[in-house]
Amino acid sequence: MNALIPSFDFQRIFIAPWTSGFETFGWIVLMGFLVTAACGLVGNFLILRRMSLVGDAISHSVLPGLAVAFILSQSRSTTAMFLGALAAGIVTTVLIELIHRKSRVKQDAAIGIAFTSLFALGVILINLYAGKGGVDLDQECVLYGEIAFVPLEPPVMIGGQSFGPTPVVRMALVAAATALLIAFFYKELLVSSFDPALAVSLGINATLIHYALMSWLSVVVVSAFESVGAILVIAMLILPGATATLLSHRLPVMLGLTLLHAAVSAVLGMHLALWLDCSPAGAMVVAGTVLFKSAWIFNPTDGLLRRWFWTRLEKPVIEAT
Amino acid sequence: MKHRLQRALFLCGIAGPVLAAHAARIGDLSETSVAEQALRFFTFQDPSVRYALLGSILLGISCGLLGSFLVVRKMALVGDALSHAVLPGVALGFLWNMSKDPVAIFIGAVLAGLLGAAAVHLIKHTTRLKEDAALGLVLASFFAVGICMVTMIQRLPTGNKSGIDKFLFGQAAAIGAADVQLMAVVTGLAVVVIALFYKEFLVTSFDAGFARASGFPVQLIHYGLMLLLAFAVVIALQAVGVVLVSAMLITPAAAAYLLTDRMHRLLLLAALFGLVAGALGAFLSFLRPNLPTGPLMVLAATLVFILAFLFGPRHGVMARWWRQRSRAASVQRENTLKAVYQVLEAREFKGEGVSLRELAERRRERVEDVREQSAELRRHNFATLQEDGNAIYLTPEGWQRACAIVRNHRLWELYLTNAAHIAADHVHEDAEKIEHVLGEETVRLIEKRLNYATRDPHGRPIPGLADLRRGAAPETSEQGSLGYGRRV
Repeated sequence: MNALIPSFDFQRIFIAPWTSGFETFGWIVLMGFLVTAACGLVGNFLILRRMSLVGDAISHSVLPGLAVAFILSQSRSTTAMFLGALAAGIVTTVLIELIHRKSRVKQDAAIGIAFTSLFALGVILINLYAGKGGVDLDQECVLYGEIAFVPLEPPVMIGGQSFGPTPVVRMALVAAATALLIAFFYKELLVSSFDPALAVSLGINATLIHYALMSWLSVVVVSAFESVGAILVIAMLILPGATATLLSHRLPVMLGLTLLHAAVSAVLGMHLALWLDCSPAGAMVVAGTVLFKSAWIFNPTDGLLRRWFWTRLEKPVIEAT
Repeated sequence: MKHRLQRALFLCGIAGPVLAAHAARIGDLSETSVAEQALRFFTFQDPSVRYALLGSILLGISCGLLGSFLVVRKMALVGDALSHAVLPGVALGFLWNMSKDPVAIFIGAVLAGLLGAAAVHLIKHTTRLKEDAALGLVLASFFAVGICMVTMIQRLPTGNKSGIDKFLFGQAAAIGAADVQLMAVVTGLAVVVIALFYKEFLVTSFDAGFARASGFPVQLIHYGLMLLLAFAVVIALQAVGVVLVSAMLITPAAAAYLLTDRMHRLLLLAALFGLVAGALGAFLSFLRPNLPTGPLMVLAATLVFILAFLFGPRHGVMARWWRQRSRAASVQRENTLKAVYQVLEAREFKGEGVSLRELAERRRERVEDVREQSAELRRHNFATLQEDGNAIYLTPEGWQRACAIVRNHRLWELYLTNAAHIAADHVHEDAEKIEHVLGEETVRLIEKRLNYATRDPHGRPIPGLADLRRGAAPETSEQGSLGYGRRV
C-alpha cells in the first residue's frame, strides 16, 4: 500500500505547481478547466433534455470518425479530425433515430447498439491500420495531446508573440464559441429543452436544434477527446451540470455553477494527480465527483443531510406539536 | 518530477485501451494464410483456442440471457453503467495479491458493480436528476476512479502487473482453464436461477405494479438481477473488456426482441445470438493477427442485429415494406373494382361488360393504366377480360368484393352524417380511406345502428347483405334494373 499511495508532501503537491512549475501546470489546469467548461455547458442541456447517454454514445463514436478521417486524409490535420468527428456525431444521432423509429427497439437499447458498434469499428480500424506504412495511426495518435503533454505542444505564434500551446488555444476557441452559441441561441435552447411542443408552436425548429446540439456536441467532444480520451469525456459532460442541477433551479445560475465546478475540479484534480501520480484527467473527474457528492450531501435545500435532519429531527417535532 | 508524471501518463488514459486492443488477439501468431488459420481454429489443436472459444460461447450465453431482461425492462443502459462501474473493483481485486487472480477480481468487480447499481438507485430517488443523468454519473465517476487506480498500479515497481490494462479491451487469448471454470459456473448459475424464478422475473419485468400488488418482492428481484448481471459482466470482461461488455448484453437481446413476442423464445434466441457472436468474434480474431477479440464479437453481434432488423419476419424493415406494398396493391385492386361497379350502376346495371374506355373515364386515368389494373384483377380471379382485352367482366368473387367495398363506403358516409353529424359533402374523403379496412363485424354493427338504411347521404342505394351474397349483377326487368339495395 505504501508503494501505491505516495507520501503526502504539502510543499511538492500544493505549493510547487504554483511557484516553480507554473508554466507547465498552469497550462494543464487551464486545459482541464476549458475542457470541463465547454463540455459542462453543452452537458447542461443534455441533462435537461434527458439525453445524457446520447452524450455518452457520441463521445464513444467519435473514435471511428477520427479513424476514418485519418485514413482518408492521411494526416492528423485539425480540419480532418473535426470533420470526421462531426460526421460521426451525425451518423450516431441518425442511427439511434433510425433504430428506434423503424423497429420496436426502445431508445435506450438503440443508443447502446449504435455506439458500441461504432466504437468497436473504430478500434478495429485503428488496429488494422496501425503499423501499416503511410498512415501514422497508432496509439500515439489517439494519445496525441494527452493532457499532461499539453504544455509541450508547439505554441501558437501570432506576430512573434506566443499565445500558448496549440491544443489550449484550440480548446479556448471551442469553449468561447460554445459560450457564444449558447448566449446567442439561449431562448431557442431553453424553450426546446423544456417544452418541445411550445417550441414548435413558437416557430422554433426543434429537430434542427436537436441536430445542431448533437453536431456541436461532437465538435466539443473531439476537441476534448485529445486531452481526456473517449470515456472520461462523458464525466466532463454530465458531472458539472448534475452538480449545478442539485444546487439551483434556474438555468443561468446553473450555467454559472458549471463554470465554477469546472475551475475547482481542474485545480483539485491536478493536485490529486500530483499526489497519487495518476492520470490527471481521471483525477480531475474524481475531484468533480467529490464536488458532486458534496452538493448531494450538503445541499441546504434538499441534500441528504437536510433530508436526514428533516425526517429524524424536525418532522417528529412538527408532528408532535 | 514532471518526467515521472509523464512517464506514468504514457501508460494510462487512452493509451491503455489502445495498447490493450492492439495486443488483444488470440495466440501469438506470425503472418500465416487465412485458410491455414481457419484450419487451425477448427481442429482445436491449440488449448488456447479451445479455452478462448469455450469462454466466448459461455459469456455470449450468459450475457444474452441476462441482457434480455435489461432490454424488456427498458434498462439497456444500466448494463453500460454497470460494466464501466466494475473497473475500480477489478483494480482492487488485482491489488489483493498483486496478480490476476480470477476469484479476487471477480469478488471486487461484483462488489463495485452492486455499489454502482445502488448509487444509481440512490441518486434517482434522492435528487432531481433523472435516470439517464444518474447512469451517466455513476458510469463516469466509477470509471474515472478505476482509471486512476489502474494508472497507479501500472507505476508500481513490484508484482506481475501485466494484464491489468487488458481489462479495458479484453483479450480472449488470456482466458485460461480457471477462467473457463468460473465462466461455466456463472453461466450455469444464471440458467438455473432464471429457470427457477422465471415467473418472478417475467412478472416484475413486464408489470412491476401488478407484481408489487401480488406480493412479489420486486426490489429483491431487481437486486438479484443486478447481481447476476454483475456476474455476467465480470466474466465477460476477460474477453470483451469493460468498454464493450454492454454491447454483448444489449445487442443479441435486442436482435431477439425483433424476432419474437414470447419471453422464453426471446431468452433462447438471445442466448443463441450471444453464442454465435462470441464464437464468430473468437474465430474472426484468430484469422489474422492485429484483430482484437472484443470489438469483433461486438461487430458480429451487430451483424446479427442488422439481419434481424432488416429481415425479421414480422417486425423487420423488409417485412414491413412488403406488407405496405401488398396493402397498397390490394387498395388499388379494390378501387378498380369499385370503379367497375360505379360504371355499371350509372347505366342501371344494363349489360354486363365494362369497356376499358368507360373505366378509364371513370377513374380519370389513361387506358393503358386501366388495362394493367384489369389484368391485375384477372390475376386475382376478380374479373375476366374480353378476348381483345377491351372490356372487363366481373366474376362472382369480383362482384362480392365490389359490393362489399361500395357497401362499406356508403354505410360509413351515412354513419358519419347521421351519428357524427358531419356535413354530407365532407364525408367522402374519409370513407375513401376506411372502406378498405372496415371489418365484417363493424359493418354489420353500423348497419344495425342505421336501422338497415338503404340510401347513402347522396341518395344512392347501399348494397345489402343479400346483394353481396348474390355474387352477380342485380336482375333487370322490363322497367329497368331493380338495382342493388332495393330489398326485393
